[in-house]
Parts: sequence; C-alpha cells; structure tokens
Amino acid sequence: MKLITVAGPPSSGKTSVILKTIAALGLPKRSVGVVKFDSLTSFDNVRYSENDVPVQTGFAGKICPDHFFVTNIEGAMKWGRKKNLSMLITESAGLCNRCSPYIRGILSVCVIDNLSGVNTPRKIGPMLKYADIVVVTKGDIVSQAEREVFAFNIKEVNSNAKVIFVNGITGQGTFALAKYFSEVPEVDTLKDRTLRFTMPAAICSYCTGETRIGDYYQLGMLKKMEYGD
Amino acid sequence: MSSDTCAYDYYGEVMSTPLYLLLEKYPLSADYLANHRLNNIDKSKPLLSALTEADIDALEEFGLDAESLVLHFCKFLEAFTRSHTCDFGTIHSVTIIGGIDKSGAAENVSLTLHPGEIVSIVGPTGSGKSRLLEDIECMAQKDTPTMRQILINGVVPDDERRFETGGKLVAQLSQTMNFVMDLTVREFLEMHAKSRMVSNVEAVVERSFICANSLAGEKFTPDTKVTQLSGGQSRALMIADTALMSASPIILIDEIENAGIDRKEAIKLLSGNEKIILMSTHDPLLALRADKRIVIKNGGISKILVTSDEERESLEEIEKVDRVLLNLRNSLRRGDVITKDSVCGIKED
Repeated sequence: MKLITVAGPPSSGKTSVILKTIAALGLPKRSVGVVKFDSLTSFDNVRYSENDVPVQTGFAGKICPDHFFVTNIEGAMKWGRKKNLSMLITESAGLCNRCSPYIRGILSVCVIDNLSGVNTPRKIGPMLKYADIVVVTKGDIVSQAEREVFAFNIKEVNSNAKVIFVNGITGQGTFALAKYFSEVPEVDTLKDRTLRFTMPAAICSYCTGETRIGDYYQLGMLKKMEYGD
Repeated sequence: MSSDTCAYDYYGEVMSTPLYLLLEKYPLSADYLANHRLNNIDKSKPLLSALTEADIDALEEFGLDAESLVLHFCKFLEAFTRSHTCDFGTIHSVTIIGGIDKSGAAENVSLTLHPGEIVSIVGPTGSGKSRLLEDIECMAQKDTPTMRQILINGVVPDDERRFETGGKLVAQLSQTMNFVMDLTVREFLEMHAKSRMVSNVEAVVERSFICANSLAGEKFTPDTKVTQLSGGQSRALMIADTALMSASPIILIDEIENAGIDRKEAIKLLSGNEKIILMSTHDPLLALRADKRIVIKNGGISKILVTSDEERESLEEIEKVDRVLLNLRNSLRRGDVITKDSVCGIKED
C-alpha cells in the first residue's frame, strides 16, 4: 500500500485537492482511502463518502493534533490494509503551525491557499518547510503577480519543494500531483521510521522529543482511535 | 540529488565571507535570515561564527543547528542563483495535437502557436475550454482524458521540464481575479520585480506603471492602494504587470470583456511582448482581433477558424456599435437624458 500525508491550515482546500487528485489518479473505485485527523469537528467525511471514498475520521480532542496523528498512523495503515486499499492518504489540519505530521521517506504534501496573504509561506514553519510538495490553492481569484510572489516566498522557505498550483473546484493542476502520488513506493510498516521534525514540549513521550513509531515508544497521555470496518 | 552537491559550491564562500558582504552580493539572504529570526546577528563575521554567538534556542525551533543552518543557507543560495536563470528557456512554438472529445470522436487537428500570436477560444460554458488550457499547462502527453499531446518547440518536453516548472508555463488573467494584498501600486510592482530577480527594479516598475495607466480608463497614482483601484484599473495593472514582468511565455485571458480598459491596446501590449495569447471570450471585438479561433464543442476542438478578411472588415462596424454603447455609458455617467438619437449613434462624442 502507498501512503501519502497531506497537511495544511483549516479551509485551505485539502479535502478538495485530495478528492480531485483521487479522480485524476484513475484507480479502481474504493481502492484509495482517506484517514482524516482533526481536532474537534469535521464534516469532510460526508464529502468523501459522497464520492465513494472509504474514510475514517479521528478527533484529537484534548491531545495535540500532531501527537494524535503519530500515535494513530499505524492504526490507519492497518485499517487501510484491511480495506485492501492500494493507496492511503492521511489528511490533517495543521492548527498551530508549529508541527508537521511528516514522516521520513513518506511523501509529504502541504496545502496552502493564495488568499492567506503573500507572506504566509514565511510564517507557517515545519509544515511547509519539511514538505516535499507544496500545493497552492485558490489561485484563480488572485492576480498573477500575487501567485508568482507567493510561489517565490515558498521557495525562499523550502527551496527543495515542488510547488503545484491546483484549482480545487475544477481540478486543474491535479494531473501533476496525481503523478507524484502514483510514483510513491509501497510501504509495509512505519515502525521505527522517524518524523521529519520534533513535536513541541508537553506531556506524552512525543512531547519530550520521541520520534520513533511503535507502541513500545508511546508513554504518557495517549489516545488510540477506534477503527471501524 | 544534484542540489546537495551544488550547495557545496557556496560553502567555501559562506564560511569565509563576512555576512554584510554576502548580503550585498545576494540581497535575498536578508529574507533568509529574517525567516529564521536571525536578522540581528553580528554581520561583521561569517555566518557560522555569528551563529555560535546567536540564540541557539531559536535555531532549535527551526530544527537546525549552526552547522546544518550553514548548509541549508548554501542550498538556498544555490536554489536562487541557478534555477532562476533557466526559468523556462526560449519558447519558439507550442503545438497542440488533437485527441478525442467527450464522446470519443477524434479531433483530427494540429495547431502550432508562436510568440506574438493571438488565438481566441470560443464555445458554450462547460464545453471544455478549461480542459484545453489544462492540457497545455501540464503539457499533456496523451495521458489526460482528452488524449491530446502538447509539443514545445516541436518536440516532446522531457519529464523534468514538464513537472519541475511549477506552473510557470501559463500565466492567467481573468475577470474574477482580485488583489488581496494591502500594498500601494508601487510596492506591489516592486515586490513582483524582486521575486522575478530583475536587475533594474526601478526602471521595470516605472515602465509597468506607465503602461498600466495608459490602459486604464481613469488614471491612478503609484501611491494608490491596489485594493482601492477600480475594476478597470485593477485589470489594467494586472495586464501591464503580466506583460512586462511575468515569466510565463503563454498568457490565458479569461473573459475580460467589460473591464473598463482599452482592450485593443491591452491585447497589443501582451502580444508585443512575445507572448502566446489564448483568449477565452465571446466578445466579438476581442475574438475577431485574434489571428485564429478555436471552436470547442462537446469537450473537443470541433474546428479552427482563421479570421477572414471579411471578419476583419466587419470589425470596423462592430467598433462603431461598441462606440455607441460606450457613449451611452458616458452619457449616463454625466447625468444626461438618453434620447433616440443617442441610441442611433448620431450624437457621438
């Protein structure tokens, strides 16, 4: 199974980008699934279900959303395998801009929108800086100059990233994104892989700088998701 | 990765040169320092020595230590000095080789476009105009739903060119675009010029400003906020900026008919800057000014018309009709009462 992690600020267009990219991938129905990591509420599961995309939603609640992500990502993989998915996409809302739910060796995508101001790329932090691909949405409603300056500011923060402009309504631009998604290698397990960036200090083992994945490393305040069928 | 090895090209220089000299040589370095909250480090020393005195906590927050920051900075210099010089190369032609329409029927067309050429795209809403643009933008190789193929300079573009150019092939202008930044016209143009790394920022900004004003119906000053410009002024600024500053060799114009700008001059400006212009429009004044027009039907190119002499001649008549409407608009603006004479076009300004 292929695994891709997608992160981005709330309402930046993550769900639309993922749905249009799944369509552009042209894989058999129900072979690409999504696990949505959110903090309190989410309505995206409805949109995925409407598009016949298998989906699971987990709410971090009082747990830091990215800590929640890393403690549940293996469970997500297990669910994906049980559903016989050929590709699993995780979607997480980056809420404090401090963290990035990115794992070394796993394609990491950051979605940000042009409307948030040209200097936003310089403020976002690890979520943008450690991404392999930065998807820019809502480019159809700002000037060409602002699009170009926005892309330039992304490059200033993350010069290795590929910047792809995607129109979440028409799907324009998802062709290139789908190509990168389909080229991702298969992964069996995430155990012992590491995060690209440490989490902030708080109260669980990841809060204290742990980056390894696996039950053995998870101490303190943890929250495990219930995966349905 | 080649970028990792290339970064070492700058390593020696970064290690031995005092920061203030690096800042002079590579002005963008200031942004790099600001992005890492390092604006206040000692610039009389090379980066590494300055960093050892800096607040290490701040570095840690960015996931970097002093040594890795130096390397990261070298990569930054590499990315901005080399990749930008080979933006897109020169484009002599773009060829669209037909695929299939929504019902699977072959398009049977091949169209080659050259810089300076203007092509309009006509067809009902939802007929596939955006799809055609997207095929051009991603340089389709019979791998999109339309099965079209795009050649650049007569050949199949390699994968690197196809996927690494970050959407730079096509610049877009449309009625629905707005400025979202709270900057003056001058600041706006300067910021764009800086990101394009042009050598003479002031001259380019000045030229773009004059150009924008010549297209706009109502004049504006360089100190006007871009968000306060009228619809027509905004469009004029966007067109001048795209023509003179955008890196993209192809410009797509989507429905700019009633924008309150000099459309004839705008088109002339864009095509005069060696851009390939694609206009999605139903405005006869614009459509007939193009050299060719692509007719889209049922998701496919149903035909390509070359603007005939008769059509060009009728353009004059259409301009007369247009002038009548323009005069009527101006009369209304002045508070005049509209008479039958003014509708017939007798009372021209």
